Amino acid sequence: MLEMSGVAKRYRTATVETRALEGVNLSVLEGEFVAIVGPSGSGKTTFLNVAGLLESFDEGTYELDGDDVSKLNDSKRSRLRNQKIGFIFQNFNLIPDLSVFDNIDVPLRYRRFPARERKDRIQNALDRVGLLGRIHHLPGQLSGGQQQRVAIARALVGEPRLLLADEPTGNLDSKTAEGVFDLLLELHSSGSTILMVTHEDSLASHTTRSIHIRDGFFESE
Amino acid sequence: MLRYNIFLAARGIRRHPILSALMAVAVALGIAMFMSIFTISQSMSKNPLPQKNDFLYRVQLDAGDPNRPGDDPENRPHQLTYMDALALMREGWALRQSAMFGISAIIRPEGAEVPFEVFGRAAYSDFFSMFDAPFKYGGPWSDPADENRERVVVLAASINDQLFGGEDSVGEHITLKEELFRVVGVLEEWNLLPRVYDYEWSPTEDTFIPFTTAAEMEFDRRGSTNCWQSIPGQGHQAFLASECIWIQFWVELSDPSERTSYLSFLDSYANQQKELGRFQRPLDNAMHTIDEWSKYIRAVDEGIVVTIIIALLFLIVCLINSIGLLLAKFLSRNSELAVHRAMGASRVQLFTRFLVESACIGFTGGLLGLVFAWLGLMGIRVLFRGESVVAHVTQLDFSLAVGTILLAIAASLAASLYPAWRGSRGTPASLLRDAK
Ligand SMILES: Nc1ncnc2c1ncn2[C@@H]1O[C@H](COP(=O)(O)OP(=O)(O)OP(=O)(O)O)[C@@H](O)[C@H]1O
Ligand SMILES: [Mg+2]
Repeated sequence: MLEMSGVAKRYRTATVETRALEGVNLSVLEGEFVAIVGPSGSGKTTFLNVAGLLESFDEGTYELDGDDVSKLNDSKRSRLRNQKIGFIFQNFNLIPDLSVFDNIDVPLRYRRFPARERKDRIQNALDRVGLLGRIHHLPGQLSGGQQQRVAIARALVGEPRLLLADEPTGNLDSKTAEGVFDLLLELHSSGSTILMVTHEDSLASHTTRSIHIRDGFFESE
Repeated sequence: MLRYNIFLAARGIRRHPILSALMAVAVALGIAMFMSIFTISQSMSKNPLPQKNDFLYRVQLDAGDPNRPGDDPENRPHQLTYMDALALMREGWALRQSAMFGISAIIRPEGAEVPFEVFGRAAYSDFFSMFDAPFKYGGPWSDPADENRERVVVLAASINDQLFGGEDSVGEHITLKEELFRVVGVLEEWNLLPRVYDYEWSPTEDTFIPFTTAAEMEFDRRGSTNCWQSIPGQGHQAFLASECIWIQFWVELSDPSERTSYLSFLDSYANQQKELGRFQRPLDNAMHTIDEWSKYIRAVDEGIVVTIIIALLFLIVCLINSIGLLLAKFLSRNSELAVHRAMGASRVQLFTRFLVESACIGFTGGLLGLVFAWLGLMGIRVLFRGESVVAHVTQLDFSLAVGTILLAIAASLAASLYPAWRGSRGTPASLLRDAK
């Protein structure tokens, strides 16, 4: 499903070079739920950005679902991102002036699905996260937990091969966080492959596997 | 995808209503200014008789002063002497031909009304069909009327309205220069602008009388007279016999192919005159179509070209302004753009989307610009109230309106290239980071 070997990412500014990722080797199988745990600044987000083709990397090789993605141009990377990856962000990242429907519609539009199919998929996805009744609301009219559920619906509406979540419960109170995490567990049990960044060991203990990252290095499995 | 881009453009415009409105107004102002100036210059350089262009020719004979440059760079006088005009009328074999000059005269209406001055034109009977003068009543005078110096007159619509209440006045008489003239024809409203036969930005004259009559009765001449030699003798007859240059001469050929032979006729006439001691300059006669003539005399002067350039610069300033506004608009949207990028929008798709948004603003700006241009042209009309010339040059037509909108869209697209490139440049990860 996902194969990384020796992946490194460095940020250069005029004065300093930050080694955000060094020699990352990782292999994720279909249907796994992998937690990536580490302190702040250890490179978790950087790793997810590289894994999610949001950013290029400097060294190593990366195969996603059988495709070597190291040397793809922007439009090919964008297409892969669109078809194979769903993102869930810590701060939800919903577009505030688009309705719930239009927010979930974004990845489907770039997929060029016909209108009928988009509508069906959006309704199904919302149904799965239990928010079908809020389809015409604006994000600002929803609670934090509901917003994150909408974001999850948006991530899974295109049936991607891989879900990437960056501290999906980080902005939520513990009770709401639990509900959202349960939803992820549910998705996992129905077959989704999930990579989740978190700094809460309690969440990591429920996943199939957890990886610790420190200063850009993956420590142990 | 285009529909989605338009949907997103509408959202984008709503998200920054002030910036978008400012840009639309900037584009509108630039476009309005440019299009108004362009409209005016366009209609000023328009040929009002395009159907006659290949048939009508302004004739120049170089009978100028051998020792001094004439009134154009080629040193060739624009007008003819009375002698030469009469000779060409006599010997010329063109389909139609007319020597002519502008006159002014006092008209004395019937009854108690005060006399007033009218402008007129002395010409031959061919003049009317040469320049497509539209008759409402009657028609041109006959050829014998030219020969016999008859007191006949053709009236323009306005003066016929004034003197005869717009009725058919053929057969009635008016008094010009204290003599009775019989009305033979009345014209309809005649919009010959510019007045090509004696190139000027003014309407056609009010009265038309035979050239021969005007010469005999010594009507006051209007227009330039260039006497490079002192007139030998006193009085009007001496003036007519002099080398003074003051008559416009036009011919209409039955076919454009006759142009060269008519020109060689002019040359042989000039050579004859050389033998008599006149035409002392090198042989240099010419014929110009209306289009050629307006260029030759620089009817559309450099002033208007400068004005167009200034209007264009103003448009560019407005566009540079728009570039700033668009940069502000496109670069303040990182969080939204980040989401689109993460969900699969490529850099090219973002770029396209920015262009669509600017094109929408440009379209709005174009519509607004049309309104501004229309208001501006109306303003000019109000300022110059009553001058039919102004009404004539301040008309916006349909193709120009379409052109205005297309120009507005093109200008907005041009202004948006750099902002769109900047806005779509970042990696999705950097947009996400900046969004926080
Ligand atoms: N664009 C960038 N330019 C320079 N350095 C960067 C950039 N992005 C991240 N870094 C550096 O890379 C390192 C890893 O950052 P990253 O955001 O991946 O950490 P993180 O583990 O996600 O932290 P947090 O838990 O606080 O979100 C940090 O030292 C950070 O300062
Ligand atoms: Mg992070």
